[in-house]
Amino acid sequence: MSIRERLSGNEAVAVAMRQINPDVMPAFPITPSTEIPQYFSAFVANGQVDTAFVPVESEHSAMSAAIGAEAAGARTLTATSSCGLALMWEELYVAASDRLPIALALVNRALSGPININCDHSDAMGARDAGWIQIFSESNQEAYDNFVQAYRIAEHKDVRLPIMICQDGFITSHAVENIELIEDDKVKAFVGEYCPENYLLNDNGTMAVGPYAIPAYYMETKRAQLEALKNAKKVALEVAEEFEKISGRKYGLFETYKTEDADYIMIIMGSAAGTGKEAVDELRAEGKKVGLLKIRLFRPFPSEEIANAIKHVKYIACMDRTESFNGHSGPIGNDVRTALYNAKADCEVINYVYGIGGRDVTVESLKSVYEALMEIEKTGDVGERYHYLSLRD
Amino acid sequence: MSKSFKDIKETNTWKELTEGCNIYEGATSKYFNTGEWRVDTPIFIEEKCKQCLLCIPVCPDSSIPVKDMKRLDFDYDHCKGCGICVKVCPFGAIEMKKGEN
Repeated sequence: MSIRERLSGNEAVAVAMRQINPDVMPAFPITPSTEIPQYFSAFVANGQVDTAFVPVESEHSAMSAAIGAEAAGARTLTATSSCGLALMWEELYVAASDRLPIALALVNRALSGPININCDHSDAMGARDAGWIQIFSESNQEAYDNFVQAYRIAEHKDVRLPIMICQDGFITSHAVENIELIEDDKVKAFVGEYCPENYLLNDNGTMAVGPYAIPAYYMETKRAQLEALKNAKKVALEVAEEFEKISGRKYGLFETYKTEDADYIMIIMGSAAGTGKEAVDELRAEGKKVGLLKIRLFRPFPSEEIANAIKHVKYIACMDRTESFNGHSGPIGNDVRTALYNAKADCEVINYVYGIGGRDVTVESLKSVYEALMEIEKTGDVGERYHYLSLRD
Repeated sequence: MSKSFKDIKETNTWKELTEGCNIYEGATSKYFNTGEWRVDTPIFIEEKCKQCLLCIPVCPDSSIPVKDMKRLDFDYDHCKGCGICVKVCPFGAIEMKKGEN
């Protein structure tokens, strides 16, 4: 029997970490992810885990220590947010190219400036080219479930890459929700032991991790790294299937909500997907054919799969909780348009920047996005394709 | 994918390289003749040497072999000619010579 609880998203992730019982956790506190190492260090102090907790002096050191520990052969995780992730920037690339399956709980928060501690995805989006697997969660339940699945994806022999499990700062990290936890022994059996083939503290063979690669090797190494990341799609689906057996909860690369007969679709990621589903329900009640696609796996991007799911739809709104400063599109807008272009789909795509720096995302505001799509169909005038939602204009 | 260091070659395809270009052997630097980077060359003057061995720990490239507690002549396959040993020698038993040899 699963355990019914009520937990904040941070606490839920800390519980998943306790159940995983990793070897090493180096961490440095930053709002709004601070509670994760805080709860976890209590588990360490109480003797509930065998983890070596390393209170480092910065996030640069946290990720450096994680790289060292993981390369040594230890299952390692950490947590951070916003500027903390930014301070890890160099090490994120090293962790990925050295093929170290570290797990990171990212609690999404705006990057400065202006300085702001509230939710948006600018931190994760800044790291989207680092080579990490990135999974986004809508709710506390999803943050917990995704974290339980993280190592099975990251440590898979065809992948061996670090993984970032993202949830929205304060919205899910601090809000307490009902949640179903899986029993400790079931999680332990599901996650399994970490048995890397090669690691630095192996008595039976020396190795060098992260050697210098001259131009004759760098490009081939990166291509091989890409292949490993692409493999994460298939592995994530296999792991989700097994996870369903112990939890009864189903996960895919993305979730579609009432999209089958939809004429208007919103593509969104993170907690606002829940608000979007409510907007869909209200508009459906008025007879409007609207649907929603929530991205779970953002890196690698399920390009063909998403294109196949939406290419029949005429009007699409891509929702980006970040500003990309290219002047025409956000990251989701870019990726979805490329996917549709490659699939030779004929869809009208508009792109919104929403909810950045913690700007409220309401059912009404997301309904207005669908209404804008309907207006485009009615007037035949797409107009500007890049908008700010709920902006004082 | 071979895991032997000797099979890592510039003709490898991306499928043939080790994961992350990792190397599954130790002390492989000895296979690289980094001595060819040298511009100036230290010369060991054996008759002036008192075998104090101060030059050994300061060599950044472990290019002064030691046998039976005595230093031998330089390992010119790996000495890059930095000249630190010349500075540290109290007896003038190492001299820097212009040129690679």
